[in-house]
Amino acid sequence: MIEVRNLVKHYGPVKALQDVSFEVRPGEVVGLLGPNGAGKSTAMRIITGFLAPTSGSVLVDGVEVIDDPIACQSKIGYLPEGNPLYLDMRLREALRFVASTRGLRGEERGRAIGEAVKDAGLKGKEHQLIGSLSRGYRQRVGLAMALLHRPPILILDEPSSGLDPNQQIEMRRFLRALGHSRTVIFSSHILPEVEAVCDRVLIIHQGKLVADGSIEDVRRQGAKDPDADLPTLEEAFADLTGYTDFDSLHGAEVDEVAPAEMGGDQDVV
Amino acid sequence: MWSDTVAVYRKEIRAYFTSPIPYIFTALFALLMAWRFFFDDETAFFVFDKADMGRGFFFRLERYLIVLVPIVGMGQWSSEVGRGTIETLMTLPVRTSSLVLGKFLSAWTLILVCLLATLTIPITVSSLGDMDWGPVHGGYLGAFLFCGALLALSVWVSSLTRHQIVAFVLTLVAGIVFVGMYELADKVGSFFGPVFEQLSLASHYQSMGRGVIDLRDLAYFISFIAFFLYLNAQSVENRRYR
Repeated sequence: MIEVRNLVKHYGPVKALQDVSFEVRPGEVVGLLGPNGAGKSTAMRIITGFLAPTSGSVLVDGVEVIDDPIACQSKIGYLPEGNPLYLDMRLREALRFVASTRGLRGEERGRAIGEAVKDAGLKGKEHQLIGSLSRGYRQRVGLAMALLHRPPILILDEPSSGLDPNQQIEMRRFLRALGHSRTVIFSSHILPEVEAVCDRVLIIHQGKLVADGSIEDVRRQGAKDPDADLPTLEEAFADLTGYTDFDSLHGAEVDEVAPAEMGGDQDVV
Repeated sequence: MWSDTVAVYRKEIRAYFTSPIPYIFTALFALLMAWRFFFDDETAFFVFDKADMGRGFFFRLERYLIVLVPIVGMGQWSSEVGRGTIETLMTLPVRTSSLVLGKFLSAWTLILVCLLATLTIPITVSSLGDMDWGPVHGGYLGAFLFCGALLALSVWVSSLTRHQIVAFVLTLVAGIVFVGMYELADKVGSFFGPVFEQLSLASHYQSMGRGVIDLRDLAYFISFIAFFLYLNAQSVENRRYR
């Protein structure tokens, strides 16, 4: 479904991605893990066609993104980092806009908007300005926009960022439900979330893929002593990335993410 | 392609008119123009006591448009970049040309609304006496195209920076240059003079203000707009290669 081949991305002298390759099969739910600035968002931006890679390629259903971005983008629903939204638009208008660019018209569009509003739990908010909604609701708006055209592929950059613990649990449930019918790649800081939701984990560290496999596999990769008990995902993650600041990994209290900027300073190693 | 352009256009128009700012802005602009036209010292309408718009009106309009157009154009891309929504926009299955065209046409519509609001002035004048509408029609068409040209430049500049103020100042300066070339034309010698005159937005605008619609003026404005829209699409597309 998605093939990432030898992806390299440089921002000037900064090497954001160095030879990253992986493949995602249909129906898989893949968690993209890594410390801040590891290159997760860069990878997602290249898959969605927002950025062009320095070298390497991404294929969506066998089509290279750079060759036919429109064909690939129409199969993908994307929630960018920091969930940028048109705060000065009413929810319904914003959804109408996205639906129109997705080729939905007339009755079909009305139905799609209605379903997305219902699925994301936004009923009754259709006529509100997006800027007047709370953070949790805004996150739902971002999801509703990504889900509007029922895409076979969903790419979600930190979907739980800024949500309170209850909302995070809800998000977990939501991601798991999505996985039944769709291919999902999402990035996260929250290890328990990844453990609860994913079939497979990719760990990116300093622009390189350092682990790829089921949660079991990754824990095994992090094991120093083959006879001892398997380390937890957290320990394996620390071992693979040298990252020990676990307070920020437990989630719940995730700092507000700055609005995603072109080229992403926050993604720089 | 057209349906995407229309979608972008509608989105922009809806975003404008959800906020009260364009209404206030349009009203202020029309009031200011009317006040200057009827009560200004030099060309005061009531002093000359003649039912004529005169060249003064369109000449002054030009000065105000040099400021008005960059205000409308400055946020077109820079606000998308500032808020991060450029990422939403550029990952929708929409061609860059549709994005550029939709944004440009919606901003041009907003300016058209401002221009139409000043129609209260010629309507008032014609109600007071027998006015020649010919130059007024030409003048308005010229003003609309003049705005389109300046706007195309402005929207392009806005794609180069994430700071609206920077986009505003740069376009203001460019506007002054493109208009000022006309005034300089007779001072720069026999070779550059005609070049400056042909390149200047002001000469084509003012020639339309005489009430004569010359194809060369139309061709000038249309190619000016097309050129900057092309640059705009290029600079947006280049963002992917950062």
